[in-house]
Amino acid sequence: MKGSLVVVGFFVLGCLLGWSGALPDVILENDITVYVLYLLMFLVGLSIGSDKKLKQILSSIRPRLLLVPLSTIVGTLSFSALVSLFITQWSVFDCLAVGSGFAYYSLSSILITEMKTASLGVQMATELGTIALMANIIREIFALLGAPLFVRYFGRLAPICAGGATTMDTTLPIITRYAGKDMVFVSIFHGILVDFTVPFFVSFFCSFS
Amino acid sequence: MFIVIGIMFGGIAVGYVLRKVEILQKVGKPISLTIYLLLFLLGITVGSNPDIMNNLTTLGWQAFLLAAAGTLGSVVVAGLVYRYFFKERRAE
Repeated sequence: MKGSLVVVGFFVLGCLLGWSGALPDVILENDITVYVLYLLMFLVGLSIGSDKKLKQILSSIRPRLLLVPLSTIVGTLSFSALVSLFITQWSVFDCLAVGSGFAYYSLSSILITEMKTASLGVQMATELGTIALMANIIREIFALLGAPLFVRYFGRLAPICAGGATTMDTTLPIITRYAGKDMVFVSIFHGILVDFTVPFFVSFFCSFS
Repeated sequence: MFIVIGIMFGGIAVGYVLRKVEILQKVGKPISLTIYLLLFLLGITVGSNPDIMNNLTTLGWQAFLLAAAGTLGSVVVAGLVYRYFFKERRAE
């Protein structure tokens, strides 16, 4: 939870600074964001490529366990597509891009803002990025608060799937508490796998305009 | 936008080749710092844009709907998968 507060803090600080109008135009006009994003994606790639746990995890995969991250992906994407019928302002692919953040709000909001600028323009791309930030933060909050309910009505896998990409860190304690200690491995495995899919799904859905 | 994915795959390749280099295991820290910087920059864009600031309630509702849909979809499918693939096996 502390990490989330830091993330939101940086965003709010930027909001206040931009809103106050105290920033010189130079900063607003020269967008360095794209280059920082390139740096970020390179670093994310480095962490995936050099990850020693990933190899272990890939070799310890039993097919049945793959059903857990698959449920998360299928459930999230199908319901995001459904709800896009009620959100007329955005296309189904825009909604799918937001949904495929899987609670990984920081990376997904930035990716969406940058990748959508070309097709939607800065204004709408920034709006969609802001939605992605809020939607995925709210999803993490749902996962934290709803865990006991999800276990009762949908079984012991439900809090894991609700947590999306966060189930190997921020939501892990609450999941093991309500779904049982034997779910630790499933939860970590699920989190790491869903986490890796975020940049792929988000950029895939952003490429439809 | 394919540049972004291309750069990430480049990073994966470099990371895999250099996976024995100890310092690469600590790449999580610079990733967090870069994310903070980007969110700070996104905040500046949002804050200096009056249209978005005036629309935060609408955007918030849409975000809430999408969050609720994603969470609900996940737990529903998780419930089905648990029932048909996990529960019986545990009883054996």
